[in-house]
Amino acid sequence: MSASAKPIANTRSVTGIPTARLITWWVIASEIVIFGGLLASYIMHRIAHPEWAESASHTLTWAGAVNTFVLLTSSLCAVLAHKAADAHDGPKAAKLLRLTSLGGLIFLCIKGYEWTLDIREGFVISSGGFWSFYYTLAGLHGLHVLAGMIIMLVVAADAAKNEELQRVECIGLYWHFVDIVWIFLFPLLYIAR
Amino acid sequence: MTTEAHVQHPNYVKIWAILVGLLIVSVLGSMSHIREVVLIAAFGVALVKAYLVAKNFMHVNVEKRWVSYLLIICLLFIAILFAGVAPDVMKHGGLHWTKNPVDQSAQPGVGAAPKNE
Amino acid sequence: MSTEVQHAEPGIFRKYLWSTDHKVIAMQYLFTGMAMALIGAFFAYVFRMQLGFPNQNVPGYGIVTPARYNALVTMHGSIMIFWVAMPVLIAAFGNFLIPLMVGCDDMAFPRINRLSYQIFLLSALVLLSSFLVKGGPFGGAWTAYPPLSASGAYNLTPIGATLWLLAVALEFVAFLLGGINFTVTAMNSRAPGMKMYDIPILIWMIILANIVFMASAGPLIAGAVMLLFDQTISTGFFDPTRGGDPLLWQHLFWFFGHPEVYVVLLPAMGIVAEIIAVFARKKIFGYKTVLYTTWAVGFLSFVVWAHHQFVAGVDPRMANIFSITTLLISVPVTEMVFLYIATLYGGSIHLDTPMLWALAFIAEFMIGGVTGIFLGSSGTDIYLHDTYFLVAHFHYTFVPIAIIAVFAGLTFWFPKMFGRMLNETLGKIHFWGTVIPFNVIFIPLFITGMAGDQRRIYNYAQFAEQSRPALQHLRTTSTIALLVMLSFQLVFLFNFFWSLRNGKTAGANPWRSTTLEWTVPSPPPHGNFAEMPTVYRGPYEYGLPGRADDFLPQNVPD
Repeated sequence: MSASAKPIANTRSVTGIPTARLITWWVIASEIVIFGGLLASYIMHRIAHPEWAESASHTLTWAGAVNTFVLLTSSLCAVLAHKAADAHDGPKAAKLLRLTSLGGLIFLCIKGYEWTLDIREGFVISSGGFWSFYYTLAGLHGLHVLAGMIIMLVVAADAAKNEELQRVECIGLYWHFVDIVWIFLFPLLYIAR
Repeated sequence: MTTEAHVQHPNYVKIWAILVGLLIVSVLGSMSHIREVVLIAAFGVALVKAYLVAKNFMHVNVEKRWVSYLLIICLLFIAILFAGVAPDVMKHGGLHWTKNPVDQSAQPGVGAAPKNE
Repeated sequence: MSTEVQHAEPGIFRKYLWSTDHKVIAMQYLFTGMAMALIGAFFAYVFRMQLGFPNQNVPGYGIVTPARYNALVTMHGSIMIFWVAMPVLIAAFGNFLIPLMVGCDDMAFPRINRLSYQIFLLSALVLLSSFLVKGGPFGGAWTAYPPLSASGAYNLTPIGATLWLLAVALEFVAFLLGGINFTVTAMNSRAPGMKMYDIPILIWMIILANIVFMASAGPLIAGAVMLLFDQTISTGFFDPTRGGDPLLWQHLFWFFGHPEVYVVLLPAMGIVAEIIAVFARKKIFGYKTVLYTTWAVGFLSFVVWAHHQFVAGVDPRMANIFSITTLLISVPVTEMVFLYIATLYGGSIHLDTPMLWALAFIAEFMIGGVTGIFLGSSGTDIYLHDTYFLVAHFHYTFVPIAIIAVFAGLTFWFPKMFGRMLNETLGKIHFWGTVIPFNVIFIPLFITGMAGDQRRIYNYAQFAEQSRPALQHLRTTSTIALLVMLSFQLVFLFNFFWSLRNGKTAGANPWRSTTLEWTVPSPPPHGNFAEMPTVYRGPYEYGLPGRADDFLPQNVPD
C-alpha cells in the first residue's frame, strides 16, 4: 500500500501531535509498565535475598560498561538522524539510522559473547534466582533492541527515498527508551553488588 | 508527509560526551568500598543519564505537557505495584510475625503427585 | 473533503480476510468472539451438569473426571474473559464505532489494526490447539497460581499450561496494539468541531478501558514470561525452595486482573449510556460527572487488587488498606449507575429490545455490586472467599457486562452493521428467556455459597466435610436454569442469522439517534462518509423545545 493511500484519520491531528509520534508515546508508556513490572519484581527479590550479591559479583562489568557506551553512541546517531530528517535530508537520516542499527548489532554481539563467558562458568538461567532474573531482564531488553533494529532498517529504507521522514523521529524515540531501560539495567545487574 | 520541525536541536555530541563522562564516573565509583558512594555512582548517575536522554534526545520537555504526565503516571503505577507487593515478597518479618524459609524436608500429603525435582 | 478510494473492487480475500477496513475487522472480531462464546458456554454446560447431576454421563461430552473438571472451569473462565468479553466489547464495537462516531474514514493505522486481529486469531487458535495435546487444555484455573501452574506434575496438563500462557500473551499483544490504535484515533482523528466533551460516552469508555488495560497488562506480561520460564526451563521465579515467591505471581496477576474487570465494565456501561439516551429521548444526566467518575474508577481500579488475596497469606496490614480502597471504589461506580437512573427519570421511555437489555444491565449489575461489598471487606471475605457466593457475585457482574450489554449493543447497532432490522418479537422472547433463567442460575448459588460450598470442587461427595446433600436441589436447579438459558440463545442465533438476509431493510437512522454513525447509510460504505462531517454540538441533544423533531444530530448546522 503506497503512502498516498493513508486514511484521513491518519492525517488529522486534533491534539497537535502527529499520529505517528502520538502512537509512539503510547507504545513507550505501555513498555514502561512491562519493564517496570519485571524490574520491580527483581528489585524486591534482590533486596530480600542479600545472598544474591555473591552471584551478582560474577557479572562482567566491563561488558556492561562497553555496551552502555555502545547504546549511548547509537542513541546519538538516532537523534542526529532526527535532526537530518527535520532538515529534509532523507539519505543522511537513513545513513545515521543504519549506523544506529549497527550499534544495536554490536550491542547484541557483545552480549552474546558475554553470555558465552557466563555460561562457560556454569551460570545459566536456572542457576539460581539472580541468574534467572539476569538473563530474563537482559534478554527481554535484547529482544527490544533486536525489534528496534529491524524497524529502524525499514524506516531507513523509506527515508533514503525521502519518504515518511516523520517516522525517523518516532523510531528514534523508541530507541532512546530502550537506551534508558539499559541505563537502569546496567547498575542493577552489573554494579550493585 | 514531511516533518515540521517542532524542536530546536542542541549540540547532541556535547550531550553525548557528558553521558559518556557520567558512565565513566559510575564505573569508577562502583569500585569504591563505601556503600553510599557505590549506590550514588550506580543509581544517582543512572537517574541523571536518563533525565539527560529524555530531555535532550527525546525532547520530552518540548512535547505537550500531558505526555510527561502520562509517562510519570505509568511510573507511579509501578511504584504502587512495588508498595503493594514488597511487604509480601521483600520482607521476611513484621512486628509480630516471621516468614520462615520453606522446609525442604517437608513431605507431600497423602495422594499428592510426586514432587517436581 | 471527500474520500476518493482509488482501487479496483477487491476480491473475496482482500475484502473479507485481508481487509484493513475497520468495519470488516470489527466483524472478524465479532464472529470470532461469538464462536468462542459457544465453546465457553458448552464448557459451562458440561461442568454444571456434573455439579447438578454428579458422576452421570453428560450428553454430548461423557464422564467428567476431576482433571477434566479443572480444565473445563479453567477454559470457561479464560475463554469468556479473554476471547469473548474483550474482543466483542472492545475490539468489535470499538473497531466498528470509533471511526464512525468521531467522524473519520478509518482507524489512524489500518494495517496495525489488521495485524491486531491476526495476532488475536492466532491466540485463539493456540488456545484451541491445547484441546488436542496430550493431557488436554490447561487445568490450573484462569488465575494460574504457581506452583500448580508451573509444574506439570501438579497440574497434569504440562503442554496445555504452556499453550494457555502463550495464547494469553498473544492476546495481550493483540489488545495492546489494537488499543493504542483506538486511542490515537479517538484523540487525533476527530471531526472538526468535536471537542473533548462532544465525544460520545461510549468512545470515552472504550478509550479509558484501553488505557487501563495498557497500564495494567505490563506487570502481568512480565509475570507471564517468568511463569513460562518456570514451566519450561527450570527457573524458580515462583518456587520458594529456590528463592522465588508464589505470592509474587498472585500480585502480578491481580494487579492486572482487577483493572481488567473495569476494562470490560467500561465499554459495557458506555453501550448502556448510548442506548438509554436514545430510548429515553433524553440527554445523559451529568455527562461530565459520568466522565470524571469514570476516570476515578479507572485510577482506583489500580489500588484495590489485593482484595483477591485476603486469604492468601498476604501482609495483614495490606488487607486493611485494600479493604478500604475496595469499598471506596464502589462510590464512583454507584454514582455512575445513579446518573443513568437520573437520565431515565422523566424521559420518554420506549421499551424496545435494546432498551430492555440496557435496563436489565443496570438492575443485574447493581445486585453484583452490592454483593461485592461482603467480599471486599476482609473480615467477611475470610468466610466467603472461594465459595459459590463469590462465583455468583462475579457472574452478576460479568454476565451483565459480557452478555447483557453485548446483546444490548448488538440489537441496537445491528441495523447499522448489516442494513437490516432484527425481529422485535424474537428479540423480546430471547431477552426474557435469558434474563429470568440467569437469575435462577445464580441466586441458588448465593445461598449454597453462604452455606459454605467451595468452588472448583468437582464433586462434594468426595469431601465429607464439604458434602451438604440437603443443598443438592439448589445445585440442580441452577443447572436446569442454565439449560433453559442456553436453549433460548437459539432464538437469538436464529434471529441474528435469519435477519441478516430476511430482516426488514434498515434506513440510516431507525432509532432516531443523534450520533454520527447514524448519519451514514446502513451498512456504511468503504470510507464511511461521502463528505467528512463537521460537528456543531454534543452527542445527546434530545427533547429540545421548539423543534419539530425531538432530536438534533451532531452534524447538523445551527
